[in-house]
Amino acid sequence: MNIHIKNGRLIDPKNKIDAVQDIFIASGKVLATGKKPNDFTVEKIIDANGLVVVPGLIDLAARLREPGYEYKATLESEMNAAVAGGITSLACPPDTEPVLDEPGLVEMLKHRALALSQAHVYPIGALTYGLKGMELTEMAELADAGCVAFSQADASLTDTRVLMRAMQYAATFNFGVWLRPQDSFLAREGVAHDGEVATRLGLPSIPVCAETIALSTMLNLARETGVSLHVCRISSAASVAMIREAKKEGLPITCDVSMNHIHLSEMDIGYFDSNCHLIPPLRNQRDRDALRAGLLEGVIDAVCSNHSPVDDDAKQLPFAEAEAGATGLELLLPLVLKWTRQEKYSLAEAIAKITVNPARILKINAGHLSIGAVADVCIFDPEKDWKVEASALLSQGKNTPFLGVEMLGRVRYTLVNGQIVYQATIA
Amino acid sequence: MNNPQLNKQGELQHLLSTEGLPSHILYDILDRASAFVDGAGRGEIRKVPLLHGKSVFNVFFENSTRTRTTFEIAAKRLSADVVNLNIGISSTSKGETLLDTVDNLCAMHADMFVVRHAQSGAAHFIAKHVAPEIHVINAGDGRHAHPTQAILDMFTIRHYKKEFHNLRVAIVGDILHSRVARSQIHALTTLGVPEVRVIAPKTLLPSHVEQLGVRVFHDMEQGLRDVDVVLMLRLQKERMLGAALPSAQEYFKYYGLTQEKLALAKSDAIVMHPGPMNRGIEIDSSVADGGQSVILPQVTFGIAVRMAVMSMLAGAK
Repeated sequence: MNIHIKNGRLIDPKNKIDAVQDIFIASGKVLATGKKPNDFTVEKIIDANGLVVVPGLIDLAARLREPGYEYKATLESEMNAAVAGGITSLACPPDTEPVLDEPGLVEMLKHRALALSQAHVYPIGALTYGLKGMELTEMAELADAGCVAFSQADASLTDTRVLMRAMQYAATFNFGVWLRPQDSFLAREGVAHDGEVATRLGLPSIPVCAETIALSTMLNLARETGVSLHVCRISSAASVAMIREAKKEGLPITCDVSMNHIHLSEMDIGYFDSNCHLIPPLRNQRDRDALRAGLLEGVIDAVCSNHSPVDDDAKQLPFAEAEAGATGLELLLPLVLKWTRQEKYSLAEAIAKITVNPARILKINAGHLSIGAVADVCIFDPEKDWKVEASALLSQGKNTPFLGVEMLGRVRYTLVNGQIVYQATIA
Repeated sequence: MNNPQLNKQGELQHLLSTEGLPSHILYDILDRASAFVDGAGRGEIRKVPLLHGKSVFNVFFENSTRTRTTFEIAAKRLSADVVNLNIGISSTSKGETLLDTVDNLCAMHADMFVVRHAQSGAAHFIAKHVAPEIHVINAGDGRHAHPTQAILDMFTIRHYKKEFHNLRVAIVGDILHSRVARSQIHALTTLGVPEVRVIAPKTLLPSHVEQLGVRVFHDMEQGLRDVDVVLMLRLQKERMLGAALPSAQEYFKYYGLTQEKLALAKSDAIVMHPGPMNRGIEIDSSVADGGQSVILPQVTFGIAVRMAVMSMLAGAK
């Protein structure tokens, strides 16, 4: 379908565009921006007056819970949630059941996702079999099946020799290795930041050094092996400082943070709110401020939703027993917009953290609206206020620390491959 | 954020923690408890009809004969009907969720739940989910809180020391894993005790413990100097497995309460322990049975304090 998106504020960070400009889509690609090409026959006009038009968002951590955890969420429910949140590409961690360590599983997931013709799904393969941290997976085969990088999800890899070999092997093929730093011994049984709140509430805790010790190991091994390392979901000021130094040194590393951690701290746990039981734990306000500053500065490259839908039965338990995680796909954009407004930051720069930057980390050609690019587009109303309520979320997971919170900014249209896959029903 | 244990009028709806409890409510509980203890101070408590026709459910997800028994005696002296439920691990192993268990208990028309659970926050969780006419008393949740124990400790301190505002109190032992210690600290600071000390090796202290308003000592001899009250904590044997301590012998040598160490405290200092004691590990028998020990009166006062809490929650004047 030939689509003319008119009068919108077009923001395309990669091409340094931030202006009211029309955009023309044909055959699933961006045909032109600005002036209408002479031979373009309009089949559908989207009036984006007062709206912002950006490349479709890219989420670096979205658990779709398939295969294995369909009672928590299904591909259908979460893909609907993704496009309702303006997300057109998402990377899925391998901690499914079974784990994404076999090419067949990856192909099946890709195939299932493709059949739904909504957001593009990019599986992250398991770095080791069963995420057990012992034997390497067939990374090259998994890459052929569609894996874009390799990770341990939240599982530990304590054997440093295996970790080094895994990095060397991945580097051989120029595959990215994605790791969330956490020392499993120091984090053992912990459910909250080792600080004032855990002390007061008597919750088993995870010290910051659980993150920095693991991060230090990773950075040393990345230096040793030359692997392209992506550090996932850091939570502390100390980690921001270490990443800053490592980047200064010229290590080929990138880093992301979850949207929850740039807005919340341990204080939000209040009286044992299990919606604030997250991985990594919410740390103190200084850590949160450092994460926000690190994101502004570019030490942290991208924001992810860390979407982890949890079913009610697993969440309605005392804090430590409740399963960690929060739904996030539909909140990524409004929470990034909130941070942008609070920091009085440039909208275009902020959009880069959920479009072109994650595309670069995923090594995919997406996250921009260059002529000829795949027409994945998100159109949102920056002034639309709405309240986060379970009934307002399409995700099967209704668990989020932001329940009841007012948001500003909501997606109106989402296009994938030039097709309208989501259109808000509300005006 | 609303304090989940108070109702809209600021009255006690549940007793979940001593943290955030207004001092007038704490004093009210102590005064009520005094009324249940006879004037001769022998601690005899008569039966009263304040909870006649009410049912109190002791819901214990974690075993504790002693605490459950004192709650049971307290409820019976108030003329309540008492139901003891040792849920242990049986329900969960049958696949019933905590929420299902709570719903089922609500359907049995209880007026009050006395809850013990191994997870911090379990009592808050249950209080959030019960019908509004049901009151919850936390009888110990994980490492978080054990408010009736702390309040009976306050009662005991007031009984022997009369005032709080001129006291130096030391809590000795495994603060990190202790719900009793957390509840004691909040109660002591709320009641205006000017100096609360904690004495423990670094492996048994939670981080930022000083933010709870305490002075930290690692040397027991320094920490006990000139204190009026010594609150001992029980040391769980599994601490030796988690690399928190090398041995019970070494612990006793450096942190066990002996007559020599107690001599550093004020000459009229009292010694308390929430029980059950490990003699020869955290406390020497000669101290436990000595003239400064008020460990047995604590148990008696515990019944009066639990009666006071239950009658207050039931709205009895």
